[in-house]
Amino acid sequence: MPEPEVDTRRREIAGVLTGEFQSPSPDQVLENVLENVLLFLTSRRDRNAVSLVCKSWYRAEALTRSDLFIGNCYAVSPRRAIERFRRVRSVVLKGKPRFADFNLMPPNWGAYFTPWVTAMATSYPWLEKVYLKRMFVTDRDLELLAQSFPAFKELVLVCCDGFGTSGLAGIASKCRQLRVLDLIEDEVADDEVDWISCFPESGTCLESLIFDCIECPINFEALERLVARSPSLRKLRLNRYVSIGQLYRLMIRAPQLTHLGSGSFSSSDIVAQGDQEPDYISAFAACRSLVCLSGFREIIPDYLPAIYPVCANLTSLNFSYANINTEQLKSVICHCHKLQIFWVLDSVCDEGLQAVAATCKELRELRVFPIDAREDSEGPVSEVGLQAISEGCRKLQSILYFCQRMTNAAVIAMSKNCSDLVVFRLCIMGRHRPDHITGEPMDEGFGAIVMNCKKLTRLAISGLLTDKAFSYIGKYGKLVRTLSVAFAGDSDMGLKYVLEGCPKLQKLEIRDSPFGDAALRSGLHHYYNMRFLWMSSCRLSRQGCEEIARAMPGLVVEVIRNENEEDKDGFEILYMYRSLERPRIDAPEFVTIL
Amino acid sequence: MEGAVAYESDLNLKATELRLGLPGSDEAEKEALSGVRNNKRASPDTSDECGSKGSSNGDRENAPATKAQVVGWPPIRSFRKNSFQPKKTEAEAAGMFVKVSMDGAPYLRKIDLKVYKGYPELLQALQNMFKFTIGDYSEREGYKGSEYVPTYEDKDGDWMLVGDVPWDMFMSSCKRLRIMKGSDARGLGCGA
Repeated sequence: MPEPEVDTRRREIAGVLTGEFQSPSPDQVLENVLENVLLFLTSRRDRNAVSLVCKSWYRAEALTRSDLFIGNCYAVSPRRAIERFRRVRSVVLKGKPRFADFNLMPPNWGAYFTPWVTAMATSYPWLEKVYLKRMFVTDRDLELLAQSFPAFKELVLVCCDGFGTSGLAGIASKCRQLRVLDLIEDEVADDEVDWISCFPESGTCLESLIFDCIECPINFEALERLVARSPSLRKLRLNRYVSIGQLYRLMIRAPQLTHLGSGSFSSSDIVAQGDQEPDYISAFAACRSLVCLSGFREIIPDYLPAIYPVCANLTSLNFSYANINTEQLKSVICHCHKLQIFWVLDSVCDEGLQAVAATCKELRELRVFPIDAREDSEGPVSEVGLQAISEGCRKLQSILYFCQRMTNAAVIAMSKNCSDLVVFRLCIMGRHRPDHITGEPMDEGFGAIVMNCKKLTRLAISGLLTDKAFSYIGKYGKLVRTLSVAFAGDSDMGLKYVLEGCPKLQKLEIRDSPFGDAALRSGLHHYYNMRFLWMSSCRLSRQGCEEIARAMPGLVVEVIRNENEEDKDGFEILYMYRSLERPRIDAPEFVTIL
Repeated sequence: MEGAVAYESDLNLKATELRLGLPGSDEAEKEALSGVRNNKRASPDTSDECGSKGSSNGDRENAPATKAQVVGWPPIRSFRKNSFQPKKTEAEAAGMFVKVSMDGAPYLRKIDLKVYKGYPELLQALQNMFKFTIGDYSEREGYKGSEYVPTYEDKDGDWMLVGDVPWDMFMSSCKRLRIMKGSDARGLGCGA
């Protein structure tokens, strides 16, 4: 199909041939040159800088930007975005704040995809990619998307809800150029529609199909046929309704896979009948390109040896749904020398983490999830595991660690051993828990992290913390962009330290901490530089929030009540963000915009 | 240590009981022992409820006392939390699927021990699966009256006669089953 640039070219050439061609003005030449140069500029930060140089640069940049990134869907309206950027091929939209994932935000708060897809349907006919995070997406939105963009190639939905398998059926059947359909941690309604059967019969361009979050059965025979007619398929992540026997059948059809989500990794038969079990080990051995393995949703550990042949090549392994013990982990991890990303359950215990530290010298990212996510349960991992990891995995850049007990010493050790840390998220699950050996607050540990990890941009703190911890963050956390605080601090000073000390702060989420109106005021100089501020169950008053709203007209200040709350003036959550628009009109009744 | 021991009310032994703990702390001790959180003052930890009043509005003086579960804490998405609730008690489930071999048969089978409620059901299933019969079991003489004897390998690596230990103990210690034939079975209690 002809593209807009081609038409322009044709007109220019036609002008030359008929003698009507006129020399362009110098400004025009400059703009043409600039446009061609800017085509190579992909980083949005660079592009933002370019657009500030002067008006003609602004125009040139706007015409050449093909990747639109909107970090807060309410910061700008669809109309404004479309008017400025006319030739967009790919859109990233993010909606709800992260704390909504933990049921802290009442449902139906907002972040609707509908106004966006409606506007783009008419203005971006060449749209190829849509990436949505924490947005509310309906089946009708998906239907409209499928109908409106003939060149559509990639749909990635992360932590979204509002749609079901009927919406997926529309995408599968109408997006003929579809290469990527990635559904990651979404809530997908079971409309009892066989969406897998809706892909084109003649063959697909599918490169990536990820549906491990779908909590309903799929038509396996149709999936098998789909895999057989998708020669470009490299990434396949199955849901837990696919048994290991079925996995086998898929793997032998697609040995070219690089990323595999293994489904339930368990047998559907209660009593094994018929033939012997398939040779799982051979199936894995045949996948010579496999680098990323996940799934194991209902793992029967007996089957674990099947994956041994691929371990040596794995760069990413996700065991975070696999209820395995120390020995079972050891049997696998001892082969994984190239591993860079590792997600695991704490069922493997400190000893399991020691095994990881001993083998995985290339580890960049570690996430340890709790199998029992309650505050006062037995904690199988502790400072022992963290210390071991810090000593063995010196290239670590990102860590998320859930535990019941921790010490400052281990955190300090990590700050010194892993100087490349960019993301440090420690969740001591018991609220206000001190260092369990010294009894002291965890201030010194987190202080060491901000002091020693000079590249740190994301931090999540927990345990017993005084204002001192915050003073450290304000003093040393000069690159921190995202900060997550819960049940921490003594007084307003805590929040003040951070708001006054961290110039790069973009996203600040705080719950259940004793920060009040005075602390809120201390951030007035910075709020326009931030994507958002979330404060729930703190010591704010309505007047305090109103003051902020009055002082900063470019900020949308939302106070959110419990749906059950009788007191119309009381509120649980302050959520505020910069915006170019007037406050949104789609807010539900329990949200008051000041 | 269980605190629930019956006392003769007229003797009032409780008043003179030696316990660890402050006098009058009986209730708190029972709570701590039961391991179940007292949720009376705060909202329960369900995914459907949101914005609990009980999540302390910075009331940290309450924190060291009864720690009720709080909404959205720890920060784990609910589908992850829910993935493991039932599994916890089955953490030792590794041994439930066991291989079954029979002397003379060309290939092995696999069964899930959890499906059976006791030895009679298990033995019947084995007999159906491999088409043979087992004699009657007695503690003294093992399986009398047939060529085949069901045996199992336990956690220590020893081969035991099926039926000697209580069913639950068998379930947790059995690693694999083997239906032994005639001559090999001697010495495991087949015949006198």
